[in-house]
Amino acid sequence: MAQIFTASADMRLRAILLGILILLVCLATFVGGYAESSYGTLVGWVQDQPVPFSHEHHVAGLGIDCRYCHTSVETSAKAGLPATHICMSCHSQIWTGAAMLAPVRQSLAESKPLEWNRVARLPDYVYFDHSIHVTKGVPCVSCHGRVDQMPLMSRAKPFQMKFCLDCHRDPAPNLRPPDEMTRMDWTDWDRDPGAHKEYGALMAKTYGIEPAKLTQCNICHR
Amino acid sequence: MSDIVADARITDEITRIPLRYPHPRIWWAFFAVSLLLLLCFAVSAAVLLIYGVGMWGNNIPVNWGLAISNYIWFLGIGHAGTLISALLLLLGAHWRNSLNRFAEAMTLFAVVCAGLYPILHLGRPWYFYWMAPYPNTMTISPQFKSPLSWDFFAVLTYLTVSVLFWYIGIIPDLASVRDRAKKRGQQVFYGLLSLGWRGSARHWVRWNQAYRMTAAIAVPLVVSVHSEISLLFAAGPIPGWNSTVFPPYFVLGAAFSGFAVVLMIAVALRHALGLADLVTGRHLDLLGRFLLATGLMTAYGYWAEIYDTLYSGEQQDLATLTDRLAGTYAYSYWSAVILNFLPLQLLWFAGIRKKPVALFLIGLSVTVGMWYERYMLLTTSLYRDYLVSSWGEYHPSIWEWGLYLGMLGVFFTPFLLFIRFLPVIFAFEVKEALRETGDLEHA
Repeated sequence: MAQIFTASADMRLRAILLGILILLVCLATFVGGYAESSYGTLVGWVQDQPVPFSHEHHVAGLGIDCRYCHTSVETSAKAGLPATHICMSCHSQIWTGAAMLAPVRQSLAESKPLEWNRVARLPDYVYFDHSIHVTKGVPCVSCHGRVDQMPLMSRAKPFQMKFCLDCHRDPAPNLRPPDEMTRMDWTDWDRDPGAHKEYGALMAKTYGIEPAKLTQCNICHR
Repeated sequence: MSDIVADARITDEITRIPLRYPHPRIWWAFFAVSLLLLLCFAVSAAVLLIYGVGMWGNNIPVNWGLAISNYIWFLGIGHAGTLISALLLLLGAHWRNSLNRFAEAMTLFAVVCAGLYPILHLGRPWYFYWMAPYPNTMTISPQFKSPLSWDFFAVLTYLTVSVLFWYIGIIPDLASVRDRAKKRGQQVFYGLLSLGWRGSARHWVRWNQAYRMTAAIAVPLVVSVHSEISLLFAAGPIPGWNSTVFPPYFVLGAAFSGFAVVLMIAVALRHALGLADLVTGRHLDLLGRFLLATGLMTAYGYWAEIYDTLYSGEQQDLATLTDRLAGTYAYSYWSAVILNFLPLQLLWFAGIRKKPVALFLIGLSVTVGMWYERYMLLTTSLYRDYLVSSWGEYHPSIWEWGLYLGMLGVFFTPFLLFIRFLPVIFAFEVKEALRETGDLEHA
């Protein structure tokens, strides 16, 4: 009877085992790379919207404050998307016949809100509150990026847990004066950071921000 | 009868089982039942994954229900396999040879069942890998000060070592089966599994080194793994758990329940596979003695717990003790005491230790009793917390029972496959042992 396993069978078995090992390493590398890639985090990917609203035009071009449209950002967990009436406070006067704005006019006529698609999405088990961040010195730009440079809206930061934790572990350097919260291009202190290096720590104390508490699980996961 | 002929006969007796199973009909009947149980597992687990842990009855204050008590129960059963196999190998007790293979297999499948429980009882089981320290996008790592984190490493290490120990041990016998296999499929199957074993002197030297080394790692693991599990309890500020006797109490309890199951399996296999001349009366007698010894040590743990409570006079601990003896879940305490220790006393009599049926029933009683013990430890301590506002009862839901039944299927299905397709007893070690004791001539 012929041999079932040839002399090279051992070698082939070892090669297969080595192959499996290499495959596992490749898989781990791929998964890790995917988790950090902009394809996974959606950073920089433009989200389709019913109306191609340009933050660049409205914020940088016209100088409209964030809070003009996102009205509840200082008082509630949600920043709030503008009601059609807010759009219409200007667009009932200008660009009244623009084809691009047809969905807005239709929304007003039918009393049906526009359905915007969320850009900055957090998982459902994260309880994020805009008001506490904005009223304690964390500016819009920290999480949403330079929206004044986005003709179409895209996610600026990968909303991974480390992004939240980096700031929660050491909030002081990320705090800025209350009247500069919505400024996108605020750089005053960057020119002379040394002159204000105490500011963050002082404000953290004033606001009662305790980093030890900020990293407890139930601060964000309730 | 010459040694060579007897050798060949023993090898034949053991290796014939995987190649031509003696009672396929009975095996199929058992296998069908365990497949049904496995189906029960699939349904219960699916319900859990789809609808969440709300399908279970555990909630504050009894937040550890059947999932955790069964976890400890299964892992405890697993420990006896390692103890019998590895400890007795290192001590050079050759009588172990007839028992260790299926005891190791029992360990393996029990650890798998045990490992599934803590994963399933997570709120989001698919994130179980979060318990491992790996570079992640959350920049958080497991809390190494917590016994819950040690749990992950304990079970994983134990599973790895159990697999290695079992597999290294079975390689030479797989080669024997391979050499006797007639069909090509079987030859390839066992040939691959035996990893090119040729039985050369060098192979045997390497094998001995590897096997003994793994055994030497496995034995301390029994102690450390189950001590760790006891710390899940003892490290918590819960009345009735916060006791220094817990680590030894748990380890001995684990060995106790494990020996009971080994005894049951030994009796059942001996009967089913006609192995009475390999798993002899002497083996059953020794298992009976082991069961009695570990049982008495476990009884000491019960006594020490009560003594501890009375001696400290801590009000909350006394209240928990009263709850155990006469509270809502008193039945679990008394079931544990009675089932664990009353039938056990019969083992003092040599006559009883020779009767397979009696041994099987005592083993069954201890297995059930130890299950009650784990259940009792969880519920009686948790259902009355310090504050009256956090008092509440725990009633397992039908899905928890379903999962428990199903988990028995997870245990029995691979175990039955193992009995059917792999050599259940060390052929070569039995031969060695018989020659040493001179039993070979009579065998």
